[in-house]
Amino acid sequence: MKIGFYPGCSLTGSSREYNESVVALAKALDIELVEIKDWNCCGATAAHVMNEELSLSLPARIMAMAEEQGLTEVVVPCAACYNRLKVTQHELEDENKRTRVIEILKQPYKGDLKIINVLQMLEAYGAENIKTRVTHPFAHKVACYYGCLLVRPHSILKFDRVEDPQSMDILIKGIGGTTLDWAFKTECCGAGFSVSRTDLVAKLSGNILKDAADRSAEAVIVACPLCQSNLDMRRGAINKTLENPIDIPVIYITQAIGLALGIGAKELGLKRHFVTVEL
Amino acid sequence: MSKIGVFICHCGENISATVDVERVAREIGGMEGVAHAIDYKYMCSDPGQTFIKEAVKKYDLDGVVVGACSPRMHEPTFRRACAEAGLNPYLCEMANLREHCSWVHEKSEETTEKAIDLVKMLVEKVKKNKPLDSIKVPVTKRALVIGGGIAGIQASLDIANTGHKVILIERDPSIGGHMSQLSETFPTLDCSQCILTPRMVEVAQHPNIKLYTYAELESLEGFIGNFKAKIRLKAKSVNYATCTGCGACIQKCPVKKIPSEFNAGLGTRTAIYVPFPQAVPNKPVIDRVNCNYYKRGACKICEKTCQVGSIEWDKEDEIITEEVGAVVLATGFDVKGTDFFPEYGYGQYKDVLTGLQFERLASASGPTFGEIRRPSDGAIPKKIVFIACAGSRDPAKGIPYCSKICCMYTAKHAMLYQHKVHDGESTVFYMDIRAGGKNYEEFVRRAIEEDTVNYVRGRVARVYEKNGKLIVKGVDTLLGGEQVEIEADMVVLATAGVASCGSELLAQKLHVSYDPYHFFAEAHPKLKPVETNTAGIFLAGACQAPKDIPETVGMASGAAVKVAALFSNDELVREPVVAVVNRLAPPLYSTCVGCFMCETACPYNAIEHEEIKGRDGSLIRTIARVNQGLCQGCGTCVAFCRSKSIDIQGYTNEQVYAEVMSLLND
Amino acid sequence: MEHKNKISDLQSHTGVEVMRCYQCGKCTAGCVLASDMNYPPSYLMRLLQTGTRQNMDKVLASNSIWLCLNCENCLGRCPMEIDIPKMMDYLRTQAISQNKLHPDSKPIIAFHRSFLDSVRNTGRLYEIGLVLSYKFRTFNFLQDLAIAPSMYLKGKLHLLPEMIKDRRSMKRIFAQTIENAKTLNK
Repeated sequence: MKIGFYPGCSLTGSSREYNESVVALAKALDIELVEIKDWNCCGATAAHVMNEELSLSLPARIMAMAEEQGLTEVVVPCAACYNRLKVTQHELEDENKRTRVIEILKQPYKGDLKIINVLQMLEAYGAENIKTRVTHPFAHKVACYYGCLLVRPHSILKFDRVEDPQSMDILIKGIGGTTLDWAFKTECCGAGFSVSRTDLVAKLSGNILKDAADRSAEAVIVACPLCQSNLDMRRGAINKTLENPIDIPVIYITQAIGLALGIGAKELGLKRHFVTVEL
Repeated sequence: MSKIGVFICHCGENISATVDVERVAREIGGMEGVAHAIDYKYMCSDPGQTFIKEAVKKYDLDGVVVGACSPRMHEPTFRRACAEAGLNPYLCEMANLREHCSWVHEKSEETTEKAIDLVKMLVEKVKKNKPLDSIKVPVTKRALVIGGGIAGIQASLDIANTGHKVILIERDPSIGGHMSQLSETFPTLDCSQCILTPRMVEVAQHPNIKLYTYAELESLEGFIGNFKAKIRLKAKSVNYATCTGCGACIQKCPVKKIPSEFNAGLGTRTAIYVPFPQAVPNKPVIDRVNCNYYKRGACKICEKTCQVGSIEWDKEDEIITEEVGAVVLATGFDVKGTDFFPEYGYGQYKDVLTGLQFERLASASGPTFGEIRRPSDGAIPKKIVFIACAGSRDPAKGIPYCSKICCMYTAKHAMLYQHKVHDGESTVFYMDIRAGGKNYEEFVRRAIEEDTVNYVRGRVARVYEKNGKLIVKGVDTLLGGEQVEIEADMVVLATAGVASCGSELLAQKLHVSYDPYHFFAEAHPKLKPVETNTAGIFLAGACQAPKDIPETVGMASGAAVKVAALFSNDELVREPVVAVVNRLAPPLYSTCVGCFMCETACPYNAIEHEEIKGRDGSLIRTIARVNQGLCQGCGTCVAFCRSKSIDIQGYTNEQVYAEVMSLLND
Repeated sequence: MEHKNKISDLQSHTGVEVMRCYQCGKCTAGCVLASDMNYPPSYLMRLLQTGTRQNMDKVLASNSIWLCLNCENCLGRCPMEIDIPKMMDYLRTQAISQNKLHPDSKPIIAFHRSFLDSVRNTGRLYEIGLVLSYKFRTFNFLQDLAIAPSMYLKGKLHLLPEMIKDRRSMKRIFAQTIENAKTLNK
């Protein structure tokens, strides 16, 4: 299986371990990742908050570069980038907007790229196939945390279900884990306020961790680098707001599956987490 | 030479303000074949009609054209006037100078010329009109009522009490419908079954009512006054002629854990069962899907228990045919289940219930004998949250309409809960309170003021489970959007009312229109609420739209009166505007060659085969014949016929051609 | 007439029909930060529905539009499918262009500006550059100082920025969009 790959700024920077685990897992599953040449930042929250045309042009350039490279399908592990690319693709179905953006880019853009997130890539490969390759069953009780951008807006993303999504849970069960039925699967962690309003991140991420801890989760599994960062890197700030500090690790779905497939902790980037991962 | 009378109406100012009516009368008066032409302010009035009648006699008219409003308004009026004057009413036609002329154009020369053209067309047509007689069709004075809930029960009783026969069919093993599932009804808090069961028994015992339960409509053919209904009597596996209703078989049946439909999934029943203790008829049926004998040939305990040998294992479904003259649809409604709501748990939380399930808890004959208990652990809930508008008024979920009864029954549920659990706390999350009926507003105020139900205006975003409690995240919009979080023991959703399961299929069988939500369509939203656009089929109750019991009963009686009106004639008079296949003298008999393209074309199955036989009985030819009772005069057959052998009386090819040529031969 | 014009303005710019909102409050009930906002989303919708200049100013000057995370919980549950996140984006650009900014917005806008500066200059996010620029904008020099060493030791912090080759395209895109005064109100 060969597929285009858009890492995005987080994966090459502060969420490096996500990148490492995606690459390691892809190798183990015989998936060839073809990185988009000279990709730029998708603009994330900053672009769409500050200027609409900018928020459409930046993702459009990425997709135009991918099309130029001859890619038909691109996997986007970062949930925010995935969301921006999908939403932009949808917005640019409007002819006026598309014409304007092509004028800005001075590059052709067709808009027929298939954009998928890392869960969809694993689903396409088949949870059953993954099951047959498991050598170290992931026998843990975990809470799968999806965050907001993977499943909303449903009318555009058309992925999983908005309340109580199940795709990550199915993958975890496939590698021998037990998943919790818990209440904060899709409640926002505080998103881009990591730097500007760390207090709000502490509150929102704190609520998430508290519910997972109350239900005796051994770990929280995520598929978004921003969520991971808020729940992990900001643990210090979170624990300051809680009565009982929480030490549950937060790992990526690709790391969890990687562990089950016998890939080493270092290769999966598990040493880069703030909250120690002992699974 | 024709002698046609032309009468142009001013219609007050409706026509005369835009059309020069005097000129129209004058110019038409000069046409060949027109013996008399006048204009008058109100042709439909008494003096106006008198003009027509006198002119018919005075000028010995053989045709009348009235240039006025739409024939849909006054054709019957003018035809009656002609008939009273001794002129065959089908020699009278109307030119629509109002809806087709003065109301859609500005005042101008061209408008008047159009009016003249319209009248000219009709004059040329009338020259070719032949006298016609109404078709008389016999009426079968028996009604079919489909659905045995309160609507069907009321309609059946009312029709039966007028002396006519009724066949009532109900697909469940017992009549009673949703009303039998309710504990108490608003606004009086009467016990629902106490007021319903006497009616149910009356239906069963009424000499004019034939009751078929566990039966469904298979097909309906025919037309008003002359329907043929095929009814499927589903196999009950119990012989009702011998069964005494002792209930011993039910006691002994080993399959005890089937979710009970009557208890909305909260309780269980056996495979051989009576849906509820007050069922009518109070005799069991066997659920063949779950019965051990039908599944794998085992058990047969009920047969061994039965003292009178009423079990019939090999009984098949039976199709019977009944001839009826009118049909009343009373198939009721359903409510959406809790699985319809992703934000309230996709139906997986045992303590999140629908309003109907709460009724069963509150009902003395329910699974908890009237005690409000949590389905999950049987504990009595100390905090209940009621969520109104769950699914209704929600375009995102595909149900934009209001389900009408939920505000009232939610108040009722909260009150019943407070009456049963004195230290309980109930909260109702609402958007608006719709309490428009008699004593309804006072009822809701009682809930708020006397029974201390906490009403919070706002909807609930989410309900989730934690440590055995249900966390409800709502909002108080009247406090500027203050979030309200409640740890409840039970959540009751007032789910949307939807059309009863199978409505679409039934409507298609009966050729009755329905709306996008599968509620049956009334003929006119204000003036014809109990009729459909299909003549002879009437509506009663919630199958037309969600409604409460008083409205349902009123509507059922209304439908019954329409049926009685239909049955008050021995014969139905039909318009003679029907198709006719020509007949000639032997040896031709008809220009029809028997190709039966008309039969393929006819949407009403009105073409029959007629065998032309010689004197010796041998078959000469088979040609088409129109059943004048079924024909609706649509004219499709006329367009199909290659030999021009079939024509519509009153709209013959010749007549229509004359109209068209009158315009072209200018 | 003022009322009708204002509302049709909103609709033509965002496609959102504010009159569809019947104030059910489901958005507010599910909004994770409603309790921190001046006006929670359903109340904000009501202010917009009145169509008056005064209430629009209240909305623009509130902190609601800046605290909104665009998590889309509201749109996901709204029975009338009102695109509140889209409305928020529009209100934010309006607030900036009309310079009606709640004090709470300063660090948030500073962060976004620093983020976009990094993208404009390198094509990607240079974290150290972003944080430094943010500190200079907000004069908050001590924030996150404790985390920086761990980040570096865990290999999560590039000392040097990653630059894309076609940086000219970034300059062009920025010049024609956010830096172009004519398109600022779009």
